[in-house]
Amino acid sequence: MKNKIRIGCGAGFSGDRLEPAIILAEQGNLDYLVLECLAERTIALAQKRKRADATKGYDPLLERRIEGLLPILAKNNIRLITNMGAANPIEGAKKIVEIAQKQGISVKVAAVIGDELSDKLVAISDEISKFNNEDFAIALITHHSSLNTPPSSLNTPPSSLISANAYMGVEGILEALRSDAQIIITGRVADPSLFLAPMIHEFGWATDNYNLLGQGTIVGHLLECAGQITGGYFADPITKPVTNLDTLGHPFADVFADGSAIISKVAGTGGVVNLATVKEQLLYEVVNPHAYLTPDVSANFTTVHLEEIGDNQVKVWGGTGQEKPSTLKVSVGYQAGFLGEGEISYAGANALARAQLAGDTLEKRLKADFPDLRTDYVGVSAIHRTDFNHHLEPYEVRLRLAANAATAQKAAIIGEEVEALYTNGPAGGGGARKYVTELVGIVSVLVNRKKVSPEVILF
Amino acid sequence: MKLHQIAHSRAGDKGNTSTLSLIPYDAKDYEFLCKAITVERVKEHLKDIVSGEIVRYELPTISSLLFVCQDALLTGVTTSLAIDTHGKALSYALLEMVID
Repeated sequence: MKNKIRIGCGAGFSGDRLEPAIILAEQGNLDYLVLECLAERTIALAQKRKRADATKGYDPLLERRIEGLLPILAKNNIRLITNMGAANPIEGAKKIVEIAQKQGISVKVAAVIGDELSDKLVAISDEISKFNNEDFAIALITHHSSLNTPPSSLNTPPSSLISANAYMGVEGILEALRSDAQIIITGRVADPSLFLAPMIHEFGWATDNYNLLGQGTIVGHLLECAGQITGGYFADPITKPVTNLDTLGHPFADVFADGSAIISKVAGTGGVVNLATVKEQLLYEVVNPHAYLTPDVSANFTTVHLEEIGDNQVKVWGGTGQEKPSTLKVSVGYQAGFLGEGEISYAGANALARAQLAGDTLEKRLKADFPDLRTDYVGVSAIHRTDFNHHLEPYEVRLRLAANAATAQKAAIIGEEVEALYTNGPAGGGGARKYVTELVGIVSVLVNRKKVSPEVILF
Repeated sequence: MKLHQIAHSRAGDKGNTSTLSLIPYDAKDYEFLCKAITVERVKEHLKDIVSGEIVRYELPTISSLLFVCQDALLTGVTTSLAIDTHGKALSYALLEMVID
C-alpha cells in the first residue's frame, strides 16, 4: 500500500482550457489525473443531446481532450478519472476505446452509471423529499408520469421535465479502480468524490472513517475547480497580482496516507499557489463549513489548517468529518421556456439620459406582455444591481432588456423592439444585438440513497 | 477606507444562495473583521442584492469569514434574468463596503 499519491486536476468545468491537463500529464509525475467537467446544468443539456441522438450525451469536448491525453496517459501510466460521461457514460467509454484503437493504444475503460433516475422516478417517488424549500421541484416530479416524452418543440410549455440525476459518491469509482481500467468515466458524481476515491483505494481507508473522508473531501474540493486554486479567477492587478495567466498551470496534490496534502503546480507554468489562493478556493460555494455534505461524508472545514511550506506549495491538514447523509441530492432539469434579450449602446453627451429614455420607452411598450421585464444599464448598475451611490456620469452606456417567455417567438419580441430603436428611439443608439436562448432550469430534490446503485461496465 | 483595501473575497453560487468569503490580506486583521463586519452591516450594505437571510461563519484556523446569503441571485443561475446569473461579481460588491 502506498504512503503518498499525486492527483492532478486538469479541468474545472466543461469548457476549460485543454493544454493544462496535457502539461500535468506530461510533466506532473502524476498517479491520477481528474477532469471535472459536469456542472448542474451541463448534465441536463447533455440529456437533451442524448435524446436527439442516442450515441451522444457525453461531454462535447471528450474527443478533443482524450485524443490529446491518451498517448501521454499510456506512456506515463496515469489513471484518468472523469465525469465527462455526463448523460451517457457508456457511449463516452465506447468513444474513448474507438479513439484508442485509432491511435494504436490498448486501454481498458470503465463506465460508472446508475445516477440517472429518469426511468425509475415514478416508482421511487415515495422516497423523494424536499431539498431546501423547493416545493416546485416536488411538483415537477409528481405531475409527470414519465421522463420519456418526445423531444421538445419550440412550443413546449414551460416546466416540463428533462432530466433527473442523483449525485453518487465514491462507490462506483472504487469498484472501477479495483478493476484494471486505466480510464474511469462517470455520469453525475459529487465533484470531490472523483478525488476521494483514489485516496480510499490506495490508502485502504475505511469508508466509515469520517475524519479521513472529510479531510480527503476537502483536498478534492480544493482541486476540483482546477485553475481557481492556482491564481486563476483570483488575480487582481492592483491588490492580488498574478504572473503569466496566459500559461496558467492547473493544480496537483501530493496526498499522504493520513489525509494531509500539499497543493502545488508544475514548475514553469503561470499562476501561483499560496495561502490566499487556497483560502479563496476552500470557501468557494460552501454553504455550511461545519457540514459540507457529499454522498461520502459530512465534511468539517472549520478544523482545517493551512501552511505555506515553499514556493507554490501549501500544506493542508486537519479537516474532519461526520457520518454521510442518508439521502442523495438529485438535480432535476426542466424546460423553463425562453429568454429574450436585446442590447443597444449610447456614448458621449447625455449617454445615460438617452439610454434611460430608450429603456423607459420600451418598458411602456412591453410591460403589459412581459411583467418580469428587466432593464439594465451596463456600465452603471447592471452587475451589482446598484452603484453603491457612486453616481458617476459614464461616457458610454449599454442598455439591455431581458424577459422570459413561453415560446421562442414571443421571446424574440424583446430583441426586435430594441432593434427598432434604430429608427424610432433616442439619438445615437448603436450596436443593437438580439438573442433568444432556450432555458433549462435546475432544481434539487433528495432521494433515499438506498434507491441509487452504481454499476460499473468495462470496455 | 473600503473593505477591498484590507481583504479579498470570492463569490460562489448554490441555487438561489450566494456564498461570499472575506479573507484579510494580513491575518492580524481577522479580529477586526469579526468585530466590524457583522451580519447587520452586510445586510444593510447588500440590501439591493440580498433579500433573504444572511448567516456569518467564522473560521479562525484560516483567519477567514464566510457570508452565506439566501435569495441573492434572482432565482438562481438557470432562470435569472440578470447578466451575471451566477452572481460571480458579487464578491466585489461586498468589498465596496466603507469601513473606518
